[in-house]
Amino acid sequence: MSEPISAVPNSSGRFGEFGGRYVPETLTRALDELADEYAKAKEDPEFQRQLTDLFNTFVGRPSPLYFAERLTEHCGGAEIWLKREDTNHTGAHKINNTLGQALLTLRMGKKRVIAETGAGQHGVATATACARFGLECIVYMGAEDIRRQTPNVFSMKLLGAEVCPVESGSRTLRDAINEAMRDWMSSVETTHYIIGSVVGPHPFPMIVRDFQSVIGKEARQQSLDSFGSLPDRVIACVGGGSNAAGMFYPFVDDTEVELLGVEAGGRGENPGDHASPLTFGEHGILHGSYSYVMQDDNGQTCDVHSISAGLDYPGVGPEHSYWKDTGRVRYTHCQDGEAMAAFDTLTRIEGILPALETSHAIAKAMESARELGPGKRIVVCLSGRGDKDSNEIARLKQEGF
Amino acid sequence: MSAIDATFEILRSQGRKAFLPFVTAGDPNLEFTGKVLKELVARGANVCELGIPYSDPIADGPVIQASYTRVLDQKQKLSDILQAAQAWTTELTAPVVSMVSYSIIHRQGLENYVAKAKAAGIAGAIVPDLLVEESGEFSEICRREDFSLIQLVTPTTPPDRALRICETSTGFLYFVSVTGITGVRTELPPEVVDQVGWLKERTELPICIGFGISKPEHVRMLAPVADGLIVGSAIVRKIAQVEEKGEEAVLAEIGTLVDELTSAMTS
Repeated sequence: MSEPISAVPNSSGRFGEFGGRYVPETLTRALDELADEYAKAKEDPEFQRQLTDLFNTFVGRPSPLYFAERLTEHCGGAEIWLKREDTNHTGAHKINNTLGQALLTLRMGKKRVIAETGAGQHGVATATACARFGLECIVYMGAEDIRRQTPNVFSMKLLGAEVCPVESGSRTLRDAINEAMRDWMSSVETTHYIIGSVVGPHPFPMIVRDFQSVIGKEARQQSLDSFGSLPDRVIACVGGGSNAAGMFYPFVDDTEVELLGVEAGGRGENPGDHASPLTFGEHGILHGSYSYVMQDDNGQTCDVHSISAGLDYPGVGPEHSYWKDTGRVRYTHCQDGEAMAAFDTLTRIEGILPALETSHAIAKAMESARELGPGKRIVVCLSGRGDKDSNEIARLKQEGF
Repeated sequence: MSAIDATFEILRSQGRKAFLPFVTAGDPNLEFTGKVLKELVARGANVCELGIPYSDPIADGPVIQASYTRVLDQKQKLSDILQAAQAWTTELTAPVVSMVSYSIIHRQGLENYVAKAKAAGIAGAIVPDLLVEESGEFSEICRREDFSLIQLVTPTTPPDRALRICETSTGFLYFVSVTGITGVRTELPPEVVDQVGWLKERTELPICIGFGISKPEHVRMLAPVADGLIVGSAIVRKIAQVEEKGEEAVLAEIGTLVDELTSAMTS
């Protein structure tokens, strides 16, 4: 009997061949300290009780599993069920991770927190957790994303966070991570870096996955409670991949459940037009771990594009690369236009305004419903709400998108 | 014995310290990089560090990052750099070592990178994002090919770990003087003198200190305890002014800076 697919990472942070730790020596001690503290916290009932209490009373968990009846009828096939992470406090799954890491920050006796953000959801969730615990909070955000996600920038400032615009490179999520890492290089002794996705050096991909796994654990139990079986297919969008990792992980050992990750297909399949490293990328190193990455022949990271700031990233979490290469999860991609259409459909038919990131998963859920046909059940991670995107959507529609 | 080992052996026998300048390959063009290297060696550089531009250099501060961006904007390829390096290294009397991200080495293939760099006359690599735990395979190839793999120790490295890094590093040990990124600093932490001193008693490996060194007073503080000093951003900052000031003026300024710093090493 071989090891279950969930039995990763190993002690060096490897998911199969992926993951590891490719960072400057300066960060090693802090990463070791974080790994040690997390191992202790994981076994500490008091830590788990605190986190569960925050999930229940501060976030509003468990988030509902909602049967999208009219969307199901509209597609005319398999039942579509939505795991409503958009109902969480701050409007997305990101808060699950930031509360967990804020508790770790306190345990490590650190008083200052830094974070990167793309769509701003992780920035808001970090600023919220920091406000809740009285921690100083600095959020790095690409200048292009600041333009695309104005409402979230305003929220972060209201919550007392300092938002630092990043003007280097493509001025998006990737550059925000670079800048946050640089800050951490100089501040590592007093500062914790709350990374927002299942990316980066070990132990981050594992810690973020574990905190986000509350999504999949609840969805699995709710499926059994609501329709007496596990779903036939589970779908989530993948940028760095935190909502997908949290959704999929509790299902990976249920091999009868099909798992489908949806990357940002952008404008098309040419390099630079999409953000789909699992579909079009190569094995390589970015931001401290070995995974699939969009990289040119010289090893330089490629520019990527997505309509959604949260998916506009050239890398992906190492566990997704592991799931891809082992065949446990299938990855596909959804173009900007399909995502926009799915956004409109869900909003009009179900009265739920999804984030542009989430809309990628909705598009493939609608396609899957038709493909699987009646009698089957699909659970989709509705990772976040779309209010933050309203200005950007208005602008795109004006441009005749 | 690599060219770097030989250089330090000679310097040690003469009781001298090494001066190791850093330049970004291709900034603002490869022809000028060749001129800068020639000038640096003429002024007494003992080992030259050649920065291979990378799109996501998390250990580097704004000065070096901006130089990498300038080069990458011109679509400079690794093959162009190595071709130019081959011409430089045949003329230079000091060895050249590459400062390169593991992302780039991995992409080329580990053996392939070492083979191509060696063919271009490059004597080794400093890989700022390759930790000792992850360096096994590359380290073995470097040893076999007599290509120095210079590893880094920082102020946050625990003592037992620092000793382990000394055991696997070849050529010299790069001691990072500050907890932070590369870049010019007004003051350097005085603890570094003790930290390097502690290590010197426990390793035969030459120890060179870098990050933040830009002034004669830094040199006077660190030179007594180190085998060599590394100066990067202070030089790259001058190169950034080529367009504005012209090549001759910048070369002259670099020459003056190097003279100032190297004379502080012996004083």
